[in-house]
Amino acid sequence: MIEETEFLAPGHRMCAGCGVALSARIAVNTAGKDTIVVSPTGCMEVTTTQYPETAWRVPFLHVAFENAASAASGIDSALKMLGKRENKNILVFAGDGGTFDIGLQALSGMFERGHKVTFICNDNEAYMNTGIQRCSATPYGAWTTTSPPGKYSIGESKPKKPIARIAAAHCIPYVATATIAYVADYQKKLKKALAVDGPSFIHVLAPCPSGWRFASDELIEVSRLAVQTGVFVLWEVENGEMENLKITKKIPQRKPVEEYLKTQGRFKHLFKPVLRKDVIGQIQAEIDKKFERFGL
Amino acid sequence: MAWRIIEGNQALAIGAKLCRPKVIASYPITPSTHVPETISEFVADGELKADFINVESEQSAISACIGAQATGVRTFTATASQGLALMHEMLYIASGMRLPIVIGCANRALSAPINIWCDHSDTMAERDAGWLQFYAENNQEALDLVLQAYKIAENKEVLLPGMVAIDAYTLTHTFERVDVPSQAEVDRFLPPYKPLYAFLDPEKPITQGSFGTPEHYMEFKYSQQKAMEASKEIIDQVFKEFDGKFKRRYHKIEKYKADDAEILLLTMGSMSGTAKDAVDRLREKGIKVGLAKFTVFRPFPAKELIEIAKRPKVLAVVDRNISLGHKGALFSDATSALASMERRPLTVNFIIGLGGRDISPQNFYEIVEKSEKILKKGKVEKELEWIGVKKEMIP
Ligand SMILES: Cc1ncc(C[n+]2csc(CCOP(=O)(O)OP(=O)(O)O)c2C)c(N)n1
Ligand SMILES: [Mg+2]
Repeated sequence: MIEETEFLAPGHRMCAGCGVALSARIAVNTAGKDTIVVSPTGCMEVTTTQYPETAWRVPFLHVAFENAASAASGIDSALKMLGKRENKNILVFAGDGGTFDIGLQALSGMFERGHKVTFICNDNEAYMNTGIQRCSATPYGAWTTTSPPGKYSIGESKPKKPIARIAAAHCIPYVATATIAYVADYQKKLKKALAVDGPSFIHVLAPCPSGWRFASDELIEVSRLAVQTGVFVLWEVENGEMENLKITKKIPQRKPVEEYLKTQGRFKHLFKPVLRKDVIGQIQAEIDKKFERFGL
Repeated sequence: MAWRIIEGNQALAIGAKLCRPKVIASYPITPSTHVPETISEFVADGELKADFINVESEQSAISACIGAQATGVRTFTATASQGLALMHEMLYIASGMRLPIVIGCANRALSAPINIWCDHSDTMAERDAGWLQFYAENNQEALDLVLQAYKIAENKEVLLPGMVAIDAYTLTHTFERVDVPSQAEVDRFLPPYKPLYAFLDPEKPITQGSFGTPEHYMEFKYSQQKAMEASKEIIDQVFKEFDGKFKRRYHKIEKYKADDAEILLLTMGSMSGTAKDAVDRLREKGIKVGLAKFTVFRPFPAKELIEIAKRPKVLAVVDRNISLGHKGALFSDATSALASMERRPLTVNFIIGLGGRDISPQNFYEIVEKSEKILKKGKVEKELEWIGVKKEMIP
């Protein structure tokens, strides 16, 4: 996967085994030189742009946490007015917090206005930059520093917000989910996203060894298990036609979710000191229900 | 040039159009809404070649302007009150990134209680944000200040964003005769925008909006302050050049019958017109009163104020805002500027016209009467006075 030219230079300050780093690298290398990257505040932004250095070999803009989509909209308009819009990609790399929560309004506005921007959400399922706090992308049952398990808590109490479906509900030209364990699938989707004339959105599951509590060399394995257990489904919707949602990675033999949960310390309270069969069972039941409902 | 009868909002919109911004992003808010409406018509009719982004909030309006300006084009937006407050976080970012964006702001009170009428609390709350601030007395000034704001903001010694503030209703919705310059005249005054440092070009990739550690952050702020200081000179140059081209002379502080005044009113915005009228009447009665109007509030024209404050014995600072827990913003800044004077005049602060409470000549007669008492006694007993408050309504 190492490209001839790396547009995200080595020597940045992201953690070893960071899913976001890998996702960004795959994406920016696939998009190529004529790409402008926009990023809201978050792990990736602070670790790649420390003044006076930068890890970006393409133009890069950070403004704030909640407004990457609006800033990207401004870039799209400005390039059009300069007569320089042709053959250029505008790529947003946003965390789940900057997408699902604080950035959602700006994102919805950008979709609705139809800016030609590819918005990639690198989802590590919590506010990692501020030290692993829960957000609406955090899955049910997960430990974070603000969803700690305890006498009256099993960890995160709410299910994950279905962000890609919310994006697809805007009827934009292209929406997909992807993960770094299936690079070819991710790259294919990214190329489609960049080719459409309008907004596109890719929800990328990007595990975080520090926040999920797994060893950094297990990144790909954890990402793959998320797909193989049905926790994360790989699909795409083209031309805003939700009814034509296409599963891009079929999983004929789904593994039990326990196999995925066991790999990560953020779920360890579900196994020890007592095995929480009820909670794990509920997580499994939700996945089964999802597969049934969508005929997966 | 052509005489036209227009409201203040149109003056801002026409001023902006004449500066040929390439991207405008805006969101409606009373009493500023006519600005984006007017500009969207210019764009729809092809009078202005620009992309008008109908964003979903003021926060996105300023964010889109930041994105566009960082790409390398001139931008404009307009707002008021809650809208400006919603932009707050990005205002600091725009100035920190040294993007010379210009905002047209209708001065409107801040909630609560929600109120759509005039006072200066909204822009005063942003006085530390690193933006140049200009306040108009009338619609002609509204238009002229937009042209000059761009020219000052984009100067390479400055590179700071600027806001042109006009009073809600008294200006935004009031029709006045305005001398509208021709496009050719403005083009000769304001050259096309060419970004010096801020662009997003794959042929020359740079990173904007970096992470600044304690090792570098202070230098960023120091350079912003230096730019503010440098802008003082540039403002004078641009005001002079404008006068040469358009025959209207602006000053950071405009004096009115101030040279021999014993009592000097310090004012801002549209109240200055009413105050000048009051000054005329009081002069007829032999009272030595004058006025100094702040057209520029940021950078704060301390040097000019000190010069003006040498002769009068009482400075009556009239603030259409209140920094709750202290005093009006103009008073705070004015008195701190005067602190270095060897013999400084007595200073008193009058709070007036909050939330659109009407400001009449009578208010200024009262202010001057109170100032005369101070003059006689030779001391200030009450530093903060509220004008026109119905104290009997407060339990
Ligand atoms: C308005 C605002 N609120 C809060 C923060 C603090 N903050 C910075 S990054 C961050 C979390 C980022 O989370 P996410 O978007 O998921 O990206 P990650 O760091 O996890 O990759 C938070 C809460 C901020 N910078 N701005
Ligand atoms: Mg995150």
